[in-house]
Amino acid sequence: MEEVKLMKGNEAIAHAAIRAGIDGYFGYPITPQSEVLETLEAEMPWRTTGMVVLQAESEVAAINMVYGGAAAGKAVMTSSSSPGISLKQEGISYIAAAELPALIVNVMRGGPGLGTIQPSQADYFQATKGGGHGDYHLIVLSPASVQEMADFVVEGIDLSFKYRTPVMILADGVVGQMMEKVVLPPFRPRRTDEQVREQCPWAAMGKGDRKHRNIVTSLELDPAPMEVNNERLQATYKRIAENEARCKEFYTDDAEYLIVAFGSIARISLKAIEEMREMGIKVGLLRPVTLWPFPTKEIERLSKQVKGILTVELNAGQMIEDVKLAAECKIPVHHFGRMGGIVPNPGEITHAFLSAFPEAKQN
Amino acid sequence: MKEEIIIAGFGGQGVLSMGKILAYAGLMDNLEVTWMPAYGPEQRGGTANVTVILSDEPISSPVLDKYDTAVILNQQSLDKFESKVKPGGTLIYDPYSIHHAPERTDITVIPVEAMEATFELGNSKTYNMILLGALLKARNLLPDEAVIRGLKKTLPERHHHLIPLNQQAIDKGRDLVK
Repeated sequence: MEEVKLMKGNEAIAHAAIRAGIDGYFGYPITPQSEVLETLEAEMPWRTTGMVVLQAESEVAAINMVYGGAAAGKAVMTSSSSPGISLKQEGISYIAAAELPALIVNVMRGGPGLGTIQPSQADYFQATKGGGHGDYHLIVLSPASVQEMADFVVEGIDLSFKYRTPVMILADGVVGQMMEKVVLPPFRPRRTDEQVREQCPWAAMGKGDRKHRNIVTSLELDPAPMEVNNERLQATYKRIAENEARCKEFYTDDAEYLIVAFGSIARISLKAIEEMREMGIKVGLLRPVTLWPFPTKEIERLSKQVKGILTVELNAGQMIEDVKLAAECKIPVHHFGRMGGIVPNPGEITHAFLSAFPEAKQN
Repeated sequence: MKEEIIIAGFGGQGVLSMGKILAYAGLMDNLEVTWMPAYGPEQRGGTANVTVILSDEPISSPVLDKYDTAVILNQQSLDKFESKVKPGGTLIYDPYSIHHAPERTDITVIPVEAMEATFELGNSKTYNMILLGALLKARNLLPDEAVIRGLKKTLPERHHHLIPLNQQAIDKGRDLVK
């Protein structure tokens, strides 16, 4: 059996990357995710698996190194926090347009601007609705525990190769900085050049004995083939939306009300729900595990069962738009959030719920 | 068993490392643990606190508003967390840096002269381990053996020669709780 370890979410990302057979990590330090790069440098995986770890001169350089590595069929990743992720958006759009696999980790901090180093979820719109320019999506995974920080590195890089699209782990400063128990994924070797050549016929890794050259680009000046490129992307997104939406439900069987929350705040909400259940109020929790694609069907189903929904987010109300679309405005959907790096405690969430649905208490 | 603990003081007092050793000790005792820090950008000064939860069941929220036990190292933290100890809970504090002693009567308040004890031990860096010893005794939390294994996991190997000193400080802290 694998050893149970105690570590920070950021450290788990780094260890999982080495074990997942990642070929290259390119980053630039920023709080609250600097431990990813620090842990990789301390572990020195270039001596063991041959993984490249490079501190680039900037976030822009790092994401373009990812673009280059991905174009050669390598399993590559980067990580940053909100302001750094904004800098990477041009590169992310190019990687999406070029249909390349890559893993991007955003450990969100309070914004806008340089903001604060404390936890936030204010980059939901940026991650799920584009972020960079053009019609594209990322697959967005939302971890709520240190275990999921590790697991989603493996799942994320695999999904990115399956669909040839960049995947983002959208974490927040709480799961990045907190320590808890984790079982790291088993080691799997990095792919050999032969395996890459076989599994990624699109990779630009030398012509070899192929008849044609692989050219990776996001540029297509002629609008007709550019529209074809877009249609191909949209077909991929349709397949992803049909197959990859995931969520977790707690206490929903008999729920009369629902809280929808993602990431760390989902766990804080769960504690509030446990306290409200002791008061006799039947509240359930739905935690979207993928933010794109969004678990619309499950929320739609529960919206026919419950009397009202409260979304709890570390922002001014972003995911609530997707929840409202899923519930089709048939029941009241309210929002509670704290901004700028403030993390509410369970008592505040209970108070917010009872303020939104005072009738829940009287039953 | 579930113990929800806040440890709070100034940055540099060893608040986060004390929580870390406690969390590792919990791991060694096969408990579920979370360690959730809150601090500013400073390495020294400013306030720092850490929430440690030890439980034999899965832990939902790592962030809390009520605590079974508070370990308080300065006045600001006492002002902030005294009211957040659950009725019947425990508040451990060092009177050395406290001007207004805790006033609650519905909790167990335990003053621990930890700073004084560091003078006796001749090493100010043992401060947090003395308070950890006091916490372990006051709440009868974890077996000694788990704590020492926790220390070994937390300290880099080049510092392992300091484990006997840390053990001494933990014992000193235990002795300070009647």
